[in-house]
Amino acid sequence: MRPFTFERAKTPADAAAAAARHPDAKFIAGGTNLLDLMKLQIETPAHLIDVNGLGLEKIEATQEGGLRIGALVRNADLAAHHRVRRDYGVLSRALVAGASGQLRNMATTAGNLLQRTRCPYFYDTNQPCNKRLPGSGCGAIGGFSRPHAVIGVSDACIATHPSDMAVAMRVLDATVETINPDGSARKIPIAKLHCLPGDTPHIETVLMPGELITGVTLPKPVGGKHIYHKVRDRSSFAFALVSVAAIVQPDGTGRVALGGVAPKPWRVEEAEAELPRGAKVFTARLLAGARPTPENAFKLRLVERIVASVLAEAKGAQV
Amino acid sequence: MHNPENAESPRGATDLTRREFLIAGTATVALTGCMGLGTKSATEMKPQQAAATRVSFHVNGKPCQLELDNRTTLLDALRERLHLTGSKKGCDQGQCGACTVMVGDRRVVSCLTLAVMHEGSLITTIEGLGTPEHLHPMQTAFVKHDGYQCGYCTPGQICSAVAMLREIKAGMPSHVTSDLTAQPKLTADELRERMSGNICRCGAYSNIAEAITEIAGRTA
Ligand SMILES: Cc1cc2nc3c(=O)[nH]c(=O)nc-3n(C[C@H](O)[C@H](O)[C@H](O)COP(=O)(O)OP(=O)(O)OC[C@H]3O[C@@H](n4cnc5c(N)ncnc54)[C@H](O)[C@@H]3O)c2cc1C
Ligand code: SF4
Ligand code: FES
Ligand code: FES
Repeated sequence: MRPFTFERAKTPADAAAAAARHPDAKFIAGGTNLLDLMKLQIETPAHLIDVNGLGLEKIEATQEGGLRIGALVRNADLAAHHRVRRDYGVLSRALVAGASGQLRNMATTAGNLLQRTRCPYFYDTNQPCNKRLPGSGCGAIGGFSRPHAVIGVSDACIATHPSDMAVAMRVLDATVETINPDGSARKIPIAKLHCLPGDTPHIETVLMPGELITGVTLPKPVGGKHIYHKVRDRSSFAFALVSVAAIVQPDGTGRVALGGVAPKPWRVEEAEAELPRGAKVFTARLLAGARPTPENAFKLRLVERIVASVLAEAKGAQV
Repeated sequence: MHNPENAESPRGATDLTRREFLIAGTATVALTGCMGLGTKSATEMKPQQAAATRVSFHVNGKPCQLELDNRTTLLDALRERLHLTGSKKGCDQGQCGACTVMVGDRRVVSCLTLAVMHEGSLITTIEGLGTPEHLHPMQTAFVKHDGYQCGYCTPGQICSAVAMLREIKAGMPSHVTSDLTAQPKLTADELRERMSGNICRCGAYSNIAEAITEIAGRTA
């Protein structure tokens, strides 16, 4: 790990301002992703701003009947919150499908959204990777690409966004709230938070330098059946090959977002009109324009099958 | 298990049979605690000023003040500075659980958190759970059920299991909990899922599960 200076910020405004003072600064929350990457010198911040003391660990009801989740709420606490379990079950399910008990006790809401890809070439500093070292090439294209993305990819990068939580937040139409070093605040719909790689896979979100996430709001609950179905290489403590977050209403309408297939949680609102017509028709629309590799083309069939199983489960069938 | 921790035990490690050695390892003899720390070693290995920070926390009930290179993980601070070598370094990447300790009453992997992030924290390691004379019930159960072979994962398994039972009591759901709004029960599936963050290279899982089940039955 490279040496770095360290400070404990006291308020969100202080944290953002501190980041502006140190151009090479990073916020540290749970540390579970950042420290892993710092040990490998994939992340090399010169200054760390500890945001654990900002008082952002509350979950509160909003006036609109929704929920405001502080940026520092731990994944375990969010999954266990009574309102989340009752009204936003898909989020609770997605959270407990991720990582381990220990990691969920540490991982925060903001850190989870901003965690970086698990592409093995990104993690191996001996390999080319446009995300880690822009212009060095992409080891995964033409290499080992079984876990990689099948849609939203570019010729520069085919990495997935690894979060489970973010997929559920996408299906719930969450909004990310931030504060900038100049004190201004903004709200970013989760659909707009993550960028597709294009020619610049190292740019992963629309956040500006020093912009601090303060919380995430969920709109008022929409009812329906909440399902999160994650398929992975072992039954626990592994990242998704494919995951499906769904909210299905009794009349067969609903919303679906996918994890493990794209550089961001993948949802196509227009495709959802096809949901009552079944998994095949819907998945064809949802994954239109997919560009799988020979190694990960199986994900297209897998998505369709999981969606079919989720729709059957929503109807009450035993699956 | 060739750890210097036993060199500091009342009887040297050499006096122990392999079996006793493992039992001692389960409790991981706590002798030095935090006494006499921070002073000598801090001057010996004084880190670069700008890249060092003072931090105070409690480990196993004892207050500690350290000046640490910012890069020091909580695991390295416990092992290298406080000489509490019960917590093990398996992967250093959050993947194995051998470094599991409790911060407050929550289990965490100490390899993926910086020591300087723990100002004011109350940290419990395997050395603080029980002593060789007064083992924690979970330690006794691991001994009774042979919940280990080499013992390397054991301190992490035990810390994790103790905190895991509290999580169930607090009603926290898991991936295999069928009804999100009901109080979860400690079924075999729940136990395996909730302990999946602790890998045992020796594959002592079934005995580990038996040990935890016994204690769960007692505390439920
Ligand atoms: C072994 C292992 C298995 C895992 N398995 C899964 C899995 O199955 N599913 C899954 O979804 N995840 C998984 N994870 C990832 C885990 O969920 C993330 O590491 C975690 O959510 C990151 O949160 P954190 O608070 O620790 O972030 P940190 O590591 O502290 O930070 C991550 C990034 O977010 C930035 N950041 C943090 N807080 C803020 C803020 N308030 N504002 C702006 N920027 C901020 C940091 O600067 C950093 O760039 C796994 C991790 C490990 C180590
Ligand atoms: S897929 Fe993206 S992250 Fe992986 S090697 Fe290619 S450029 Fe790097
Ligand atoms: S050493 Fe910390 S999880 Fe493996
Ligand atoms: S007892 Fe050897 S690793 Fe678990």
